[in-house]
Amino acid sequence: MKLLTHNMLTSNIIKGVTKGFPLGITSTKVEVKEVDFNPAFVVKTLTKIDYPALYQAAKDIGYADGLPEKLEDNIKENEELLKKLHNALLQVEVIEGELVCPESGRKFPIANGIPNMLLQENEVENVAQ
Amino acid sequence: MAASGRPEHQAPPEIFYNDTEAAKYTSNSRMIEIQQKLSERALELLALPEDEPCYLLDIGCGSGLSGDVLTDADHTWVGIDISPSMLSVAVEREIEGDVILGDMGCGLPLIAGTFDGVISISALQWLCNADKKCHSPAKRMLVFFRTLYAVISRGSRAVFQLYPENSAQLELLTQQAMKAGFTGGLIVDFPNSSKAKKMFLCLFCGGAPQSLPQGLGTEEANPNVAQKFTKREKDKRKPLKSSREWIMEKKERRRRQGRETRPDSQYTGRKRRGHHF
Repeated sequence: MKLLTHNMLTSNIIKGVTKGFPLGITSTKVEVKEVDFNPAFVVKTLTKIDYPALYQAAKDIGYADGLPEKLEDNIKENEELLKKLHNALLQVEVIEGELVCPESGRKFPIANGIPNMLLQENEVENVAQ
Repeated sequence: MAASGRPEHQAPPEIFYNDTEAAKYTSNSRMIEIQQKLSERALELLALPEDEPCYLLDIGCGSGLSGDVLTDADHTWVGIDISPSMLSVAVEREIEGDVILGDMGCGLPLIAGTFDGVISISALQWLCNADKKCHSPAKRMLVFFRTLYAVISRGSRAVFQLYPENSAQLELLTQQAMKAGFTGGLIVDFPNSSKAKKMFLCLFCGGAPQSLPQGLGTEEANPNVAQKFTKREKDKRKPLKSSREWIMEKKERRRRQGRETRPDSQYTGRKRRGHHF
């Protein structure tokens, strides 16, 4: 699972959880896979993501080297930084690990690079019992 | 989809798509080709801005065949599926997108306003089933569509290719989608052919009002033609078999069904001479 995906995941479909973001992340196995660098996509993505959550997640799995704690406004011109962000967003992949709901503490295992977000029926809101 | 019968009737998706079934999606070239064509059409119906890399969601992504089409078009995608076997195949195939194991009927565990578009190939009909005692299809659909509406950015589209069993299923799906706030409707490609016929539920999420794209092979199907046809039938019988008119009509019919048809020429249906004995 890429950190970009982590930045898009929430546990707010669990009954009683309102925000469910960002999910806590721990890893026992991380791989870096090469992905073509597309600066336009990185810039566009940065407008959507929650940067502090990305920074925290990268830090938690030990891949925050070279990432600033806060983003400056002039990221477009700074290609070196864009490449680092590209690496953190798309190339670093958690293969084995765990996601944790910040509110309910519910754990979602990550196995073979796939986060398991399946819930039991009674954990979900709005579904008939 | 399996060649015979409806897979929805055999077992829930997470059980039906086991390792053997999942393996078909990498070895069966016919299945791969169908999936690819459907995905290409769905991507076309999404009408994304040109030359712009987008962030897309693939619901029921399976082994990532539809995702490959998105990758080829330079988009980044995330897939969600309920079958672990299919997702394992996807990871083995080294797909570019990220995949999540999840049940769309429980809602999408994703942040609001994330995606520039959503595609889904042959997955939505699974929502019509109640695989567990506590499942209510109508409620699961509504939960799904509500979270979907939140997940895609305003003015974007969600295109579902689906195989509904009957019109009641289709009606319920559309009704629940509208209840969640979507506009849009059904697009049918090649409506005159039972084999080539394909249905796409095209949903719009807010933004400026958009008109529904037309289905393929429907150009002839305007009411004028239908009227003409009944009129002609009244004052003229069916053309004589193997006459030129009969051949032309047959070819026209095949074209409407989207089947392969030789172009018309001066030789079409012409009598062959020189066979005197």
